[in-house]
Amino acid sequence: MSEMRLTVNGEGRGISAPPMKRLLDVLREDLGLTGTKEGCGEGECGSCSVLMNGELVSSCLVPVLQAAGSAITTIEGVAQLAGEGEQLHPIQQCFLDKGGAQCGICTPGMILATRHLLDKYPQPTLLQVQEGLAGNLCRCTGYMRIFDAVEQAAKLTVTDGVTG
Amino acid sequence: MPEPGPIIGTSPIRKEGLGKVTGRAQYVDDIVLPGMWHGATVRSTIARGRIVSIKFDPAIDWSEFAIVAAADIPGENTIIHLTKDHPCLAAEFVNHPAEPILLLAHPHKAALHAAVDSVHIAYEKLPGVFTIEDSEAGAAGDAAKVIWDHHGHGAAPNTFKTFLMQKGAPDELEAAFAAADFIVEEEYRTGAQEQLYIENNGVIAEVFRAPDGTLESVTVSGSMQCPYYLVHALELVFNLPADKCRVIQTETGGAFGGKEDFPSVIGSHAALLAMKCGHPVKLCYDRAEDLIATTKRHPSRTRHRTAISRDGKLLAGEIEIAIDGGAYATLSPVVLSRSTIHAPGPYHWPHIRVHGKAMASNVAPHGAFRGFGAPQSLFALERHMDKIAKVVGLTPEELRRRNFLATGGTTATGQHLSDPVDMQHLLTRALAESDYHAKRAEFDRTNPSATVKRGIGFAAFMHGSGFTGSGERRLNSEVKIDVTEEGRPRILVSSTEFGQGTNTILSQVCAQTLRIPYEEVLVAQPDTSVVPNSGPTVASRTAMIVGKLVQRASESMLARLLPYLSSRGDTLLAFATAAEESAHFARGKPHYTAEQFRAAARACVREHGALVAQARYEAPHNIFWDDDQYKGDAYPAYAWAVYVAEVTVDTLTYMAEVKQFHALQEVGKVLHPVLAMGQIEGGVAQGIGYALYEKCVYQDGLMRNSQMTNYIMPTSADLPPIHVYFEETPSIHGAFGAKGIGELPMDGPAPAILNAIEHATGIAFNEIPLLPEDVFERMARMPEGGTESMNPAVDRDTQVEAAV
Amino acid sequence: MRADAADYELIAPPTLAAVLDVLAHDPGWYTPIAGGTELMVALGAGRLAQRHLVSINHLKELRFIDVTAQAVTIGSGATFTDLRRHPAVCSDFPLLMKAASWTGAIANQNRGTLGGNIVNASPAADSPPPLLAYDATLTLISARGTRTLPYRDFHLGYKRTALAPDELLYSIQIQRNFAGYISYLRKVGTRNAQAISKVALAGLALVGEGGKITDIRIGAASLRDTPIRCTAAEQAALHRTVTPETVAAARAALAGEARPIDDIRSTARYRAAVAGNLLQEFLRSLMR
Repeated sequence: MSEMRLTVNGEGRGISAPPMKRLLDVLREDLGLTGTKEGCGEGECGSCSVLMNGELVSSCLVPVLQAAGSAITTIEGVAQLAGEGEQLHPIQQCFLDKGGAQCGICTPGMILATRHLLDKYPQPTLLQVQEGLAGNLCRCTGYMRIFDAVEQAAKLTVTDGVTG
Repeated sequence: MPEPGPIIGTSPIRKEGLGKVTGRAQYVDDIVLPGMWHGATVRSTIARGRIVSIKFDPAIDWSEFAIVAAADIPGENTIIHLTKDHPCLAAEFVNHPAEPILLLAHPHKAALHAAVDSVHIAYEKLPGVFTIEDSEAGAAGDAAKVIWDHHGHGAAPNTFKTFLMQKGAPDELEAAFAAADFIVEEEYRTGAQEQLYIENNGVIAEVFRAPDGTLESVTVSGSMQCPYYLVHALELVFNLPADKCRVIQTETGGAFGGKEDFPSVIGSHAALLAMKCGHPVKLCYDRAEDLIATTKRHPSRTRHRTAISRDGKLLAGEIEIAIDGGAYATLSPVVLSRSTIHAPGPYHWPHIRVHGKAMASNVAPHGAFRGFGAPQSLFALERHMDKIAKVVGLTPEELRRRNFLATGGTTATGQHLSDPVDMQHLLTRALAESDYHAKRAEFDRTNPSATVKRGIGFAAFMHGSGFTGSGERRLNSEVKIDVTEEGRPRILVSSTEFGQGTNTILSQVCAQTLRIPYEEVLVAQPDTSVVPNSGPTVASRTAMIVGKLVQRASESMLARLLPYLSSRGDTLLAFATAAEESAHFARGKPHYTAEQFRAAARACVREHGALVAQARYEAPHNIFWDDDQYKGDAYPAYAWAVYVAEVTVDTLTYMAEVKQFHALQEVGKVLHPVLAMGQIEGGVAQGIGYALYEKCVYQDGLMRNSQMTNYIMPTSADLPPIHVYFEETPSIHGAFGAKGIGELPMDGPAPAILNAIEHATGIAFNEIPLLPEDVFERMARMPEGGTESMNPAVDRDTQVEAAV
Repeated sequence: MRADAADYELIAPPTLAAVLDVLAHDPGWYTPIAGGTELMVALGAGRLAQRHLVSINHLKELRFIDVTAQAVTIGSGATFTDLRRHPAVCSDFPLLMKAASWTGAIANQNRGTLGGNIVNASPAADSPPPLLAYDATLTLISARGTRTLPYRDFHLGYKRTALAPDELLYSIQIQRNFAGYISYLRKVGTRNAQAISKVALAGLALVGEGGKITDIRIGAASLRDTPIRCTAAEQAALHRTVTPETVAAARAALAGEARPIDDIRSTARYRAAVAGNLLQEFLRSLMR
C-alpha cells in the first residue's frame, strides 16, 4: 500500500492504495466518485476520461501512484457551486438542451473531453471537434447531437466569458 | 409554473438527463450494497463436448468462496424464452465456447480472476459446427453434424424453427417463373454484429429467506430492457411464483436488444450466487467477457430467385432465408419471423414464397439486436433490387417505382394497406434532398480517372411497429398512473429507458393529455413490485403501443379529476363555444394550473384513499393474423423510409467510407424532434458499422477480437453528416399518431451503402461486413481470400503478452 | 479488471540517477513504466506478468525537447502531445508530428511517450516509420553511462530491442537536415481515428535536377516483425527519375523485402498490396 495525496475536484484527498491500482478504481471505490465509468478497461472507449492537471487522460490506464500530487477533475467537479447551490457548466446545459446524452454512460467522459477541447480551441472547427472527441465512443447518438451541443457550448463560452 | 404549450412535437429536456450530465445517474456498477459479494463465471474453453472432470486447484482457499453448479439450481436448469433447451449452467455437455459451467462469489472482487483460472475442467471434445451449411448438413442427415437435438422443440435436427410464407398457390408461382422474361438469382450474406453498449451487462441480486431458512423471494437489479422477462426466468430457476421474483431496472447504459434476453442468464446467475452465499452479489462483466459470452445479431444467408417481366414488374419471388441462431434457440424463432415478414419489402409481389429457417451452431447463442431479422432480409432485398434493375436495364429508381406498394395495396402476407403510404413521394424527396441524380451523373463522369471513386445509392424499406400479428394481444400490456403525495402524476410502466427516450416521450404524452407542464410528470423506476407489465421494451412498440396506453390512462385520470378541478370553478375559464375552447387549448393554454391539478389530485386521494388510473391493451378489432398460415395483418402500422448513402472507395487503400447520408422516413408523428433525430442518427451509425466496420472474428466458435481495439465501431471521425427528414401520416394505433422508429434506421444503411459502392466501383458486393481486405480481393480479381484469410490466432499488436 | 493491483509493486525513485541505480542493482527485476498506455492495458487484461515496476513517468530529466541549429533532441519521456505542440517538431519533422497526431486519440497522446512507443517495439507503432526515415539516433542510458546508436539498429526482432536490462532509452535525436525534402506519411488502419496500423509508410525524398531522386528514405510499419526501412525499394528509386518503370521496380523491390502476415486485423496480401500502392503514391508525388 502506498500513501499519497491528490487534489480531486479542488479538494485535497489522502489515498491509501496499492500503487498500481487504477486511478479509475481509486476514484470510484476509494473516493465514491462513480461518475467516471469503465466501458472497456483498455483506453479505447473514453468513458473513464478525467482531466489530470488539465489534460484529458484515460483513468483506466493511470496507476494511482503516477497521479500523486496531481489535480484531477471528474464529472462531479464540472458543475460549479454557486450561491444557490449547483450551477451546471454551459457544456452540461448544452448536452441537455441539444440531446447530447442518450443512455448517458459515455456522457461524463464526453463532457470532460469537450471541456478539454474548448480549453484548447474555444471556437473549434468541426474537424477539431471530431478529432477532440474521437477517443470517446458513443454507441447511441451517431455524434450529431453531441457536435451540436459542443458547437452551442462554444458559442456560450464566448458570450459568457466563462473558460474551463 | 410555465404554461404548458403543446408538448408533443417539442423537445423538452430528457426526463433523467440531469443525472446523466452530472454523473449522478446510478448504473448498476455504481451501486454498492452492504455486505455485498462479487460474482464471476467459469466458462467452457471449447465449443462442444462433454465435461469429464472439474478440479479445484488447492492453491486457492475455496472455503472463502461460494460455488454454484447446475446441481444447486432449486428449480429448472433452464433459461426460458420460447423453449427449454438452454441450460442455466452446463451440467454434462457444453455447446459453445464461454458456456457458463460454474459460478463463484467472494467478498473481494480482486480474488475472483485467479479463482476462475484455478478451476481446471477437462473435456471430451466433440466436433463443432460453425457454419449454416454444416448445420444444414446435420439437418439433412449427417449424424456427426447434429448438434441440437430437436426432440420436443423445433422442426428438425439443428433447426430451431422454420416458416413458410406464401402468396399465391405453388403452381401459380411456377407458372410465373415459366412466363418470366428474366429470372434473377443471387445469394446475400450478413455477419454477426455486437450491440456494443458502452455499459457492459451487470446485475446485483439478493435472496430473502424465511426464519426457517426456506427461500422466500429473490430480487435482482440491473442493466436491462425487460424486467418481466427476467421475472419469468427466475420463476423457473427458483421454482418461485412471479410475485416472489422482484426485478428492478437500474439506469442502463445502452442496450439495442443486447439486454433483452441476456439478462435472464446473468440475472439468474447472480441470484443463484446470492442464494448460495447469503449475501447480495454483484455480477458485472468486463468488456472481454461481454464480447465473447453474450448475444449478437444473427448472421444470415438469403437466396433470392426472382421472376421479372420485360418492363420491370416483379412477377414472382422465391426467397430462402437462413439465420444462424448459435447454440440454443433463445429468440431465434421470433427473429426469423420478422426476417421472413420483412423479406418482400415495400413492394407488390403477385406471387411469393418465403421460406425461413433458424439453424443451430456451436457459438454463443445469438439474440436480439435492433432490427431483429429485418436488417438481414432487407439488406438482401435492396441489394437484389439493384441487381434486377441492372439485368432488366432500368435505373434502380425506376425499378422501385414500378413495384412499390401503395395505399390500398396488399402486402405479401395479404395485409390490406388502409393507412396512407406514398413510397413514390418518399423516393422522389429522398433523391432530391441528396442531389442523387446530379451526383450520380457527376460521379459517372469523374470516376474513370479518379483514384478515389465515388458512388451514391439508396435503399427503400419499411419496418413494422410492435409485435407481430397476435403478439400484442398475447402481451396484454397494462399501464398505470398514480399520484405522489404532492399530487403529481407518476407513470408506472415496465417499459425501460436506455437512451432512446422512454421516460421523456411517455411523460410528454401524459402531460399533454392531462394538460399540465411536462416537468410535473414523474416516471417510476421500473420495479416489478410496483409497476405493471407494459410488455418488453423492444420491437419499436414503446411510442406506439405503450404510449397509446399512457394516453388512455391519462385520459382516464383526467376524467376522474374533472369534478375536483371543476369544483374550483371560480378560477377556471369558461368558453362560449367548443370551438373557442379548442382554440384556447391549441394555443397551449391550460384550463387549470399545475398547482390546481395537484390540489385536485390530493383532494381525490383524500376522498377515495387512492388515485390510480389504468389502461390495458385492446387489440384493434380489424387486425387479423393467422400464425399457422403466416397470413394477415402482420403489424398494426409500418414506418416507411428511403435512405441515400454517398460513398468514396479509395483504390489505394480499398477503404470505403460514407461521406454523406440522407435518411427520410414517414413515422406517423414525431413526438420529440431532438430524440427522434437522435434515434435515426444513432441507428444509421450502427448501420454504417454493420456494413463497413464491425466484424466478429471467430476461431473454433470463439470470438477472438474480444477487445474494443479490435472490434471496430465507427468513431466521430469516421461518420458522415447524417441528414434526417421526417414526414408524418398519423396512425390511429399510436399515441398522438406515433409509429415506432427505434429499429427502422438499422434496416436501410447497409444496402444503401453497398448499392453506392457498386455504383462507385462497378463491383457487386453481396456480403457484409465489407472490409477493405474484401474490396481488395475482388478489385484484384482473386477468387479466394478476403477477410476469410485473417488469422484470428495471431495478434502481435494488441494481444497483450507476457514479456519475452 | 482481471488482476489484483495489490499483487504489483510500483516504485517511483525521484531522480533519473536513482531509477538507473535501481535498474542496475538487479537488471530485469524492475520493468520501467512511462505513460502506462501499454502496460496498464495488460494489467487490466490479467496479462501483466511483470510484478515489479519502476515509474519513469515523473522524471523531468526525460521529458524535454532541446533545439539547436543542427538537431532536435527529444527526451524519451516527451508525450505525443508534447511533440504535436512543439514548433520545431512541426516545422522540421512534419512526419513525426503527423504520426503523433494519429497515435491513439487525445487521451493516449497526453500520456503515451515517444520512448514508450519505441521501446514497446510493436511492428505497428506509429512513430518508428518517421524516425527511421529521419535517421534518428538513440541515446541509451544506464548507471554504466550512455551509449548512442542509430535507431535503424535498435529493433532486433519481434519485440526484441538492443536495450539492455539495466538501460533506459534516454533521448532521440534527429538532425535538422530535411529542409527541401518532400515528405509523405500515410497510415492505413481499421478506421480514421484510434486505429492500429494495418500498414503505414513514411517517405522523405530530395528531388534534384531533371527530376532525379538524390536521396530517398522509406520507413514502414506492419510489413515485418519490426518497423523497417525499405532499403530495397529505396535503392530501386535512388538516382532515378520517377517513371512507370521506376515505380514498377520499386514496387517489386518492396514486395521482395516486405513479409507481412495474416493476423486478427488484416491479411498479408492486403498489406502487401496497399504498401505498394502507398509507395507508388509517394513516388508519384516526386514527379517533376
